[in-house]
Formats: sequence, structure tokens, C-alpha cells
Amino acid sequence: MKNPYKPYPVRIKRIEIATEDKSLRTFEFEFINKEDANKFNYMPGQFAELSIPGYGESPIGIASSPTEGENLLFTVFRIGKVTTKLHSMREGEVMGVRGPLGHPYPLGELEGKNIVIIAGGYAVTTLRSTMVWLLHPDNRSRYGKITFIYGARTPGLLLYHDQWRQWQKRDDVDCYITIDREVEGWDGLVGFVPTITEKVSPDPENSVAIICGPPVMIKFTQPVLDKLGWKGEQIIMSLENRMKCGIGICGRCNVGPYYVCKDGPVFTKAELDRLPKEY
Amino acid sequence: MLVEYTKQIQEAAKRLLKEKKVDCVLGYRQGTIPLVDAPYFAYTEEEVDNLIWSSFCTKNLANFLIKRTDRVAVIAQGCVSRSIVGLINENQVKRENVYILGVWSPGMVDRFKVMERVGGREILEAKEEGDKIIVIGEGFEEVIPKKEVLRQNCLTCVHRNAVLYDEFIGEKGEETGGGNRDMVAAPWEKLSIDERWEKFTETFKDCIRCYACRNACPLCYCAECFVDESKPQWCGKTQDEADVYTFHILRAFHCAGRCVDCGACESACPMGIKMRVLTSKIEKDIRQMYDGYEPGMELGAVPPLSVYRPNDPEEFITP
Amino acid sequence: MGYKCLAKDKFSELVEKFTKEQDVFAPIAQGLEVKWSLIDDPSKILFDFKNTSMSPKGLFFPQTECLFEFNNNKDAEDAFILKETSPLVKKRTLLNIRPCDARAFSILDKVFMKDEDSLDVYWKDKRDKTILIGLACTNPCSTCFCTQVNSSPFGEDGLDVLMIDLGDKVVLKDVTDKGEEILKGLEDASDEDIKKVEELKKEAESKINANLSMDNILSREVLEVYEDPFWDRLYETCLNCGACTFYCPTCHCFDIQDETKGDYGRRVRNWDTCMSWLFTQHASGHNPRGTKKHRVRQRFMHKFKYMPIKLDGDIGCVGCGRCIQVCPVNIDVRDVIKNMNK
Repeated sequence: MKNPYKPYPVRIKRIEIATEDKSLRTFEFEFINKEDANKFNYMPGQFAELSIPGYGESPIGIASSPTEGENLLFTVFRIGKVTTKLHSMREGEVMGVRGPLGHPYPLGELEGKNIVIIAGGYAVTTLRSTMVWLLHPDNRSRYGKITFIYGARTPGLLLYHDQWRQWQKRDDVDCYITIDREVEGWDGLVGFVPTITEKVSPDPENSVAIICGPPVMIKFTQPVLDKLGWKGEQIIMSLENRMKCGIGICGRCNVGPYYVCKDGPVFTKAELDRLPKEY
Repeated sequence: MLVEYTKQIQEAAKRLLKEKKVDCVLGYRQGTIPLVDAPYFAYTEEEVDNLIWSSFCTKNLANFLIKRTDRVAVIAQGCVSRSIVGLINENQVKRENVYILGVWSPGMVDRFKVMERVGGREILEAKEEGDKIIVIGEGFEEVIPKKEVLRQNCLTCVHRNAVLYDEFIGEKGEETGGGNRDMVAAPWEKLSIDERWEKFTETFKDCIRCYACRNACPLCYCAECFVDESKPQWCGKTQDEADVYTFHILRAFHCAGRCVDCGACESACPMGIKMRVLTSKIEKDIRQMYDGYEPGMELGAVPPLSVYRPNDPEEFITP
Repeated sequence: MGYKCLAKDKFSELVEKFTKEQDVFAPIAQGLEVKWSLIDDPSKILFDFKNTSMSPKGLFFPQTECLFEFNNNKDAEDAFILKETSPLVKKRTLLNIRPCDARAFSILDKVFMKDEDSLDVYWKDKRDKTILIGLACTNPCSTCFCTQVNSSPFGEDGLDVLMIDLGDKVVLKDVTDKGEEILKGLEDASDEDIKKVEELKKEAESKINANLSMDNILSREVLEVYEDPFWDRLYETCLNCGACTFYCPTCHCFDIQDETKGDYGRRVRNWDTCMSWLFTQHASGHNPRGTKKHRVRQRFMHKFKYMPIKLDGDIGCVGCGRCIQVCPVNIDVRDVIKNMNK
């Protein structure tokens, strides 16, 4: 019988400082037991509990795509007890990963549609996973137009420079990378994500938007999409709440009757509109 | 229910609401089960009809005043008024926001003592008549002298009348409950260290850490209690003895020199734990070592343990 | 399937049959309280009691339970590798559990063993290895309302055997195959005994006079119940202690914590409570249920609205009335239900 509380042991293979303020680091984990990698069957949008014995667990979205191989990527903001400890750890150290948890973005159902991805700040992690997955040769042809809008306060706070620079070069994706205010040396877009979204004006026809970002970004992007005629069913969001078990039992992460860990973290805007705003 | 008091409280409450002197009146309503009358906010004259005063009003209403920004009239007997004074002194309550309806406390009933008197049988109804409590259950009716089932802190109380009030309801009554207030603390002094530990562990062994004692206490208003802190984590979250005892010891000491012995902690405890065995000893020490200091008696007073004086007594510090 | 009968003076023999190979738990008197306790002397087992102070949920979901242990020495070969704690060694029997408390287990089974991916192995181990022999409730408390929440004083849900106390003897009814096995060899109950059981059942049910309905709660939209103005008053006097949640037989929220002492480390789970503000506090400081009103509402919404949506209509309450008895400020769940059911 599988114990759902038991993490797979992993080794930290690589650590990368992800932002110039050093508040985020990207960790690459490799499974210590090779067979665990096969058991860890995930899709973009899912998350895992990063487990550090002696400190506890922290739920973090998976930033890698299953198309990238067996190792897992997580980009982690240093804020609580577990993430602070994680930031002090070194390559080669052993810890645990428990998951995959939650539902992924419904990419299967979205085949044939245009996809608009709107991301702000470090909420971009599972959208990196999504983009890598969508742009993989096995998958790209099954989707329509792909638009990627991503913003952060400063260039140094943008994650995954290498990835989005590559995406910018491709002709099968419209990539808009923006920063809040002008900075010397930045020749890209300047403006808040809602403003850029308004300029890009994504067409809702046969399209779905996936939005992840800080509450303020979502608050101001919503009216832009409303004006363009987007319906709640077409907008997919990913929620975060405090979690412990990650499997819909321990009772803290619910939004109405649904557990963010088990039934989410992915919800449509239409679903959320019918639920208490407890997130 | 104390009919005459109830009538006078309702009259005053209606008047205050009518004159818009306050936004609401905080008192008690009759409980839905016997022996437990419940804190209640009356916002309208109609709701005032639910207000009562009885010997089953065992919570400390001062607790509900903390951080409120509206104007509240509050029914306060001695201990509650002293808690309000303490909270004003500690900047948790604004004097101008509270209108204190001072009352005399008849002494409140310990429901665990009553349950004991009827051998744990289910009590379906409880009434008070003069100095007697009448409890009725299936096939029994017992008349119990109230004094025999009073909460211990009410028995040993020496300030039954409100000490600070804007108006006093009814006549002032006898200040003391007749008991010896050092009697709870006294046994500790005779016990050896091992015996103390035994008594202490015996007292708290049933604790389920629901924190009803802490949350019922008007002193426990910390934004984040030390047991809840995680960075650093001072106290474990388990039912291990060390974690449970750490909570109770530290909480008791945190209340030293501030506790007015209102008994809300014991009355709130679902397990019937008598945590006042700890706080009473501390209360006594403070009184004896700091020139008879009693918390909550005076606006502007500074609790002895929150200031340092070179000649502070230190006999209680065992090397 | 059928009613069997056993003289009371033979009951100890039945119990001793269990205690030889199993751990037997039953309610016993301890001072004023009735507590669940490991039985060494069958004569201590109570028949004449209302219900245990605390529900027996802790026997399946302990207040503190070690999930894993690990070596906290970073130089050790097995450093930081979590090792599961061992499952129960002995089988167990719970005797004289009340039908309401047994029903709570069948509700919690749906929570702890929802599907393969979220199957709580610690709960399952204890459930699989425990037999539940219930004692029908012939004299419910004034705070009981089991019949109003799909339960009953003679309810069989969650039990292996239901026992009815007829004074000098007990009548036993098998509910599951396990129960049938236990009752094998016992004498059949007489028609007269069965008639008596029916009478006692009717009498017990008639004693529960709470008049509650859940129909509207179930049919109203989530947000409609959530935004009802009555919550604005209900929470006012709540202390946000956890007494109701800890006494509740169906409350099951927990926290997971790591602890270390020298080279020893363990991952433990502890009962938690939705009444605590910390329960939902994000590391960032944001709190989706940051006010007392949020938290009080959550508890009742969870039981009477959310759980039925998730658990095919099962309400997260068995009507045992413990929360009514222990709430320091007399927040009465029956009043809450009436308000939610508007």
C-alpha cells in the first residue's frame, strides 16, 4: 500500500539563483531511486510537497515539464521555515519530494484552441512548465496560436531568461516580456501586465487564458479580459493556500467545498465566481 | 436568573441605547443548556430583553472589549471591572469607548461542582432561588446551597462590587465571598519539589490543548501567542507532556501580576482542569511581595513585573 | 442476519474471548467522566451511561501521531530518510460504542480513504484491524439530535454488531460479516426480546425532540449560505478555542510537524482546528480566513454544506451534542443549523 505522506528521496543536483535579489532559487532534483522517477507521473500545473526532514514540507508548483526528462525543477521563494532552510542547502544534499499533487492544467481538453498565458512575478513557475510542454514538437501542432505575456517589476526579477529569450525567437509563439518601469539596459516592453494585455488584446474566440500572478495583477487584468469579451469558463487560474497533507484531508486549504490541493489548484474563473473568496 | 438585577440591567441598557450613548450592550443571555449562560451583545432595545444576570455568568466580558472600536456598555462585576482597568492600563481598551455598568457579583456557580453533586447525572434544568440552586433531571430534583457549589475564585473573592463604573446597577453588596483567598495557593508551600511536580502534572494531565483557557482570558490578547510561533518555535504542538506543561507554566507566568483571578479559564475548560492552582500561587506571591499589590484596582497603575526597581524582592528566585 | 441473545453474566466471558488476543477498548467511569479505556477487567465496562466525554476518534486518529521517524545525523548512511512507523500489532475491539460515534467513522472513512491517491494508511490500518460493537442508546441526552442528521440511537452504520441492553441480558444484531462471525454460536433472541428492542428503539427516538431540517441548507447555493447575514452575529462571542473541534467525532483537521532531538527526528501529525487563525495563515502573512467570522463560519459550512457536496450528501455531524455541552460561550449548533436552513 502506498503511503501518500511518504516523499520520494531526492538529491539536489543543481541550484541556481533565479533573481538578482536572491529571494528565489531554482532547484533541480534527481530521484535517488531511479524507479521513483517513473512513479512521479506529472503534467504542467501540478505541484509537490518539498520535504526537508526536521523542518517540514512546503507545497511548490513544478516548474519543469515532463518532456524535459526525469529531473524536476522547482523555483522557490524564501519566506517560511522550510523555504528558508531550502535556500541554505547545497548541491548534493538529500531531501524529499512528495507528489505530484493536485490537478494539472487541462491541456488535453484544450487541444485545437488558442492559448493565452498571462503571468506575473514568480507565479510563472507552472506556466514555464506549460510553455515548455506546449512548445515540444510532440505537442505544438495540436494547439492554435500561443501567446505568452509575462511581467515582473525589474529585469532582474524576471525568471527563466534563457527560456523566454528562446521563445521570443520562435515564430510559433507570441512572446511579450515586460517590466513595470523603464530601466537602463532594458530594451523590451515596459508596462504592467494588465496594460500589456490590453495592448495585445487577445481574441477570446476559440481561446483559453491561463493566468497566474499576484492578486493585484489578476484584479486589474480581469476587467481587460472582460472588455475583450472573455467568459469565466475560458479563464483558468491556479490558487495557492496553506497546505499540509496535500491530499484533501487535513482541512485547511479549502475554498468552499473544494480543496486547493486535491481538487485544484487549477480552477476556472467561472468556478471561483461561485465560491467564497477564501484564497 | 436574578430577576431584580436582570430588570435593572435591562432598564439601564435600553436607556443607554435609546440615548445613543453606546452602540451596543454587552451582557449575558440565558444559555440553551443549564448552568451555562452566554455572553451576548444587544444592539437594539428589543434585543435587550434577552439580557439577564444570574449565577451562571462565568465568562469574563472584558475579553470581548479588546480592539473593539465602537462604544460598548458592559455589565461588570468586581473581577470584570478590574480586567477592564487592566486592559485600559495596557492600552487594549479605550476608557472612552466603554461604559461600565457596575454590578455586584452574587458569586458564580462551578458547573463541575454541581455535576459532582448530582453524581454526573444529566441536568435538564437549573434555577436559583435566593442562596439555593435547584437542579432538576430525569427523576431527581436537588436543592443545593449555592455556597457549596460556588467557583472557588468567587468564594475567595474580596472585590465583588465593580471597582470602576459609569453607573452602578442596584445596591452594592458584600465585598467578600467569605473564603480564604490564600487557600488554593497554600498547599504548594508545604510541598516538596517532587510533590509539587506530581501535583502539577496531575492537574494538567487531561489537557487537550484546545486553548479555551487562554482564549477566555482577557490577558491573553497577544497577536501571536508563544505556543503558536513558528519562527522560532518555542513550544511543540504535540500532546507530549513537555509541550502541554510548557504551555501552562509559561501562560501562568505571563499572567503574573496581571491576573485578577476571574476564573474564566477554569470555567471555559471543557475538561474541568483547575489551572488556578498555578495562577493563585502567583497571585498570592505578587500580593505578598509587592506591598499588597492587586491588579486592576486603579487606572494608571503599573503591574509590578513590568517595571524594575533595584529593591525588588527576589526571595522567590531559587538559585 | 438476526438477533442473538446473551445473558449479562455471560458478557464477561465474551469479552474475555476478545481480550486474549486483542486490545479491547470500552467506556469506563473515571470520576465524573466516562472515558474510553483499554480494558483489563470486563466488570468495569459501563452499560449505564449517556456517552463518553470525548468521542473515540482518537483511537483511530490520535491527537498526536508519529507518521515517520528519521535519523537526524547528517553523517549517517540513512540520514534524513523517512521511515514509516509500524502498523498496529494487535487487532482491537471497541465495545459499547454509541451508534452516533460509529457513524462518524463511516463518514470519516470517506474522508481518509477517498481514493487510492489519498488513502490515509494510518487510518486504514486501525480501521481494518478494529471491530466495532455498538451499544444502542436507549436514553439520549437532551442535547442529542442524531435523528435529525441521518443517524439514530439504534443506528447500525459503521458497526459490526449492534447490542441492545435489556437489563439482565443483551440482544445482539450482526451488521457485517465480521459481526456474524463473532455472534456465531450464540442463542437466538426470542420474539419477545425482539419486540422489546423495537419498543426501546421507538422510545429512544421519540426522546429526541430537536426539530431540525437540513433541506434548505443542501439546496441553497454555497455563496447564499456563506453570505447570510446571521454569521455577523454568530461569531461575536466565539473564543476561537478548539473545544468543539476536538470533542467533535467528525472533525478531522490536522497539522504535520517535524521534531528533532539530537540524532532523532520524527514527523508527527497533531489535531488542528479551523478555529485557529494560524490554520490558514500563509507564510507571506496573507490569511484567507483572517477573521473570527471566517473561521466560525468555516466550521459550520464545512459540516453542513461542504461535506455533503463532497461526500454524496453525508453531513459532517452525527448529532452527538458534545459541542453544545463543551462550548464555553454556548454557541449551539442546533441554532446554527436553523439559521443556515432558512
